Amino acid sequence: MGSYVPSTPAQRQEMLRTLGLSSWRELYRDVPPDMYLDGLLHLPHGMSELEVSRAVSAMAAKNRVYATVLRGAGAYDDYIPAIVKYIPAKEEFLTAYTPYQAEMSQGLLQSIFEYQTMICELTGMDVSNASVYDGASAAAEAAAMCRDRKRRVTLISGAAHPDVINTVRTYCYGTGDELRVVPVKNGRTDPEALAAMLDGETASFYVQQPNFCGLWEDAEALGRAVHEAGALFVMGCHPISLGIAKTPADCGADIAVGEGQPLGLPLGDGGPYLGFMACREKLMRKLPGRIVGETTDDAGRRAYVLSLQAREQHIRREKASSNICSNEALCALTAGLYLTVMGPEGLAEAARQSMAKAHYLAGALCALPGVEMAYDGPYFHEFVTRLPRREEILSALEQADILGGLPVGEDGLLWCVTEKVSRAQLDQAAAIVKEVLAK
Amino acid sequence: MLYPDDRMYSKSHEWVKTDGATAVIGISDYAQDALGDVVFVNLPGEGDEVSMGEAFGDVESVKAVSDLISPVSGTVSAVNEELLDAPENLNKDPYDNWIIKVDDPTGTEELLSAADYEAFCASEG
Amino acid sequence: MKLIFEKSVPGRRCAILPPCDVPAAELPEALRRSSAPALPEVGETDVSRHYTQLCQQVHGVNCGFYPLGSCTMKYNPRIDEEMAALFTGVHPLAPARSKEGCQEVLDTAKQYLCEISGMDDMTFQPAAGAHGEFTGVLLIRQYHDARGDKARTKIIVPDSAHGTNPATAAMCGYEVVNIDSAPDGCVDLEKLKAALGPDTAGLMLTNPNTVGLFDQNILEITRLVHEAGGLCYYDGANLNAVMGVARPGDMGFDCTHMNLHKTFATPHGGGGPGAGAVGCKAFLAPYLPHSALMEGPGHLQVRSFGGNFLVVVRALTYLLTLGAEGIPEAAQNAVLNANYLMKALSGTFTPAYDRLCMHEFVLDLSELKKETGVSALDVAKSLIDCGIHPPTMYFPMIVHEALMLEPTETESRETLDEAAAVLRKLYAMAHEDAEAMHTAPHTAPIGRPDEVKAARHPVLRYKAP
Repeated sequence: MGSYVPSTPAQRQEMLRTLGLSSWRELYRDVPPDMYLDGLLHLPHGMSELEVSRAVSAMAAKNRVYATVLRGAGAYDDYIPAIVKYIPAKEEFLTAYTPYQAEMSQGLLQSIFEYQTMICELTGMDVSNASVYDGASAAAEAAAMCRDRKRRVTLISGAAHPDVINTVRTYCYGTGDELRVVPVKNGRTDPEALAAMLDGETASFYVQQPNFCGLWEDAEALGRAVHEAGALFVMGCHPISLGIAKTPADCGADIAVGEGQPLGLPLGDGGPYLGFMACREKLMRKLPGRIVGETTDDAGRRAYVLSLQAREQHIRREKASSNICSNEALCALTAGLYLTVMGPEGLAEAARQSMAKAHYLAGALCALPGVEMAYDGPYFHEFVTRLPRREEILSALEQADILGGLPVGEDGLLWCVTEKVSRAQLDQAAAIVKEVLAK
Repeated sequence: MLYPDDRMYSKSHEWVKTDGATAVIGISDYAQDALGDVVFVNLPGEGDEVSMGEAFGDVESVKAVSDLISPVSGTVSAVNEELLDAPENLNKDPYDNWIIKVDDPTGTEELLSAADYEAFCASEG
Repeated sequence: MKLIFEKSVPGRRCAILPPCDVPAAELPEALRRSSAPALPEVGETDVSRHYTQLCQQVHGVNCGFYPLGSCTMKYNPRIDEEMAALFTGVHPLAPARSKEGCQEVLDTAKQYLCEISGMDDMTFQPAAGAHGEFTGVLLIRQYHDARGDKARTKIIVPDSAHGTNPATAAMCGYEVVNIDSAPDGCVDLEKLKAALGPDTAGLMLTNPNTVGLFDQNILEITRLVHEAGGLCYYDGANLNAVMGVARPGDMGFDCTHMNLHKTFATPHGGGGPGAGAVGCKAFLAPYLPHSALMEGPGHLQVRSFGGNFLVVVRALTYLLTLGAEGIPEAAQNAVLNANYLMKALSGTFTPAYDRLCMHEFVLDLSELKKETGVSALDVAKSLIDCGIHPPTMYFPMIVHEALMLEPTETESRETLDEAAAVLRKLYAMAHEDAEAMHTAPHTAPIGRPDEVKAARHPVLRYKAP
């Protein structure tokens, strides 16, 4: 049996004696007999470290990790530099608690302050929080920020990630607020439909940029319509794309959120991921979650603290706008580290290459008989092709250790290419598709 | 602790100066002392309705939030936006820094005189 | 310490990517950034040194005693990290048959956690305890909505509850009814009865509660709530006291969250990522969240995909290690250590409740404050100079000048003896040199920060001069 309890059986007996007790049952004397478990749980015995290692490794061996990943849809296989895996594993960063005691946690607080700064730089916004759970819950929290006594309806683009839409729907269900999904036309938010849906009750409109199908939306035009109706404009953005794409701030957004996973976090079968949230100064006090601020100490030294805590649940309790108590601190540290290692040039390069390689693959696939782009218009690093024999294609790709695009609709595949994929890998994928279609 | 007698007070520690048409409202010295360093004031908007006995905003210190309870009913005609940039003014001079002005105030019969309010504060201990 | 931006040199970079091996694609001009983001420009040596310097100003569980009440800062096994690393390359949207190993992790973790909690089904979607609370109370909400019962608008929460409880209830559209605790720190049955009615949707409770006491009336409490037609939600923050010894399901709870990053030893990471697994009885299972993209419409969800899977791997590794005997052993020793430490301190300090505690206990320092002017905060800050992370301060709100200590089972007796000696020394110091304690810490990288200034004039990002 494995155990992390350092005290020996003899020490435990002695400690019980100092308490005037002689058994574990006495220690738990407040637990009524009808619920005190006298025997063991119906679970296997514990294991030594070597046995556990074998057991869990055996589970991992049942997974397939593809050599080439051409699927995105909210989880991206970007290249993670070696040092970005190494540093977050340092025991202090890994095992520390939330930095409530500022004097003992300056390193952690500073790393978050640096992260907040970088998110502001990426998005063009004035203020960022210390992160929330993921991009979907960030979208829901942003929608909540925008509501006031008069305006409570949330509009969301139907071209956003289905999990984002459903998460916002869930949070709206909780507070009893209305969510309306704006229809999609030709793969993008229908601006006429949006205009028809905006009214004096609209609190905010959320658009994903680029959207779920990889297409660039006309964010500025959408944002203008939203502001004309007196509502707030929320953009969900892809952080790598912000290396080269117009900032949400320049597009007129009031709040920018998104999934930070591409910034150095592994795919990890869905998590942990990272929700970033940034906004204009006027909305600063509505931002949920932790925020790190700069100040000085009693000797005038620069110091960092968790600040603006009066927004949060431990102070406002039922009047807090969100119950969020934590952030994804280690993930935020990782993201800040990734952005530091990549720098502005590296990030732009990752974005440019992702886009270039996606266009290259799209070109190669659409040159094949029966394959066509589902939508026109500019796209970033994801795109949908319509093609026949979808399952056969995915199967053939799988045999070559390639995870192909995500099946969408009746005959579509949503492909994604990141900077990590080489030309040779793309040529191989295209060749396989060609072969299947030629049969 | 100061209790200027040129105005009335509520049991929730707000002061009111009124000429009948408009009530000017702030917090008392007792209140600012109990709150500690004020870091932010959440103000209502002009045109908002306020009700006697109900919260019209709140005051944040580093570790706590306290509701501002309206001592009268009426419509907010002005808010002191200076407090947004300088919330510490409520600590420095609570009687010179008003928070909101309310038109057509009702409910002023419930207010305490400076002397009664001072006695009330003493009994709160 | 300089910020990374202050170490930046224009043009300096790490060489990570090769040149592009395909033709460039053009981003339409209207979509382009006008200027590059001001991210740091540094080399890898700079990165390595910078993060080492940061790391030296962080106190991890590896650095010393960390008795933060209600946070369960137990040792985080390294084997858990090694096992998690085996699963990093799996895409959440890969075909199910290509990730049966992940499914086995989830199924096995569910089996263990349902057995420990006395629940029938579970979700791993929530990313944290508070997120789990939201998910759990949504189960209650959906249950009543499905019954067409619109009258149930209130959730009862004891005044000792963690702030997330009432905040969660509000996020689920409920009005919060706070009930004062009894003088013994537990639920006041009379107040509970008075609060119950046809408008009760449910009760949120932690047991042992936030002052570290096991509520002996727990069966009566849950029975009363059920009788009134409400459901009972168990906040699992304190599960470390009773895992393998008593089960929330047996206490009458209908749904629960568990903090994998507390009870199940996954690392806190400086404030996340954690995971708030939510378990429920079978009748609530239809309301558990599911990813729309992965499983189709028809369910709520609280975040994308399935949850913080890599955190679940860590928790599973821990559970497999402990097994049927190790699980209660951890709880028993957590409770033993807490009582041992409380006893060692009770000659000097005043426990808030004069009875056996569970895995944590609260000290009431109000007498010390009256005598010497030294507050709980001053004692906490002085502990920093002694290399011990301060306990939880000023929580729960029902005890004044509170310090809540939770040693956990992974501390040795020697560590506890040393910690008690340090605290007794500080008690003496409060009587001899209170001033030094008012201005502590003295040996940390900074002294007490000006939090008022930080809140009045927020500076939340670096701006180059």
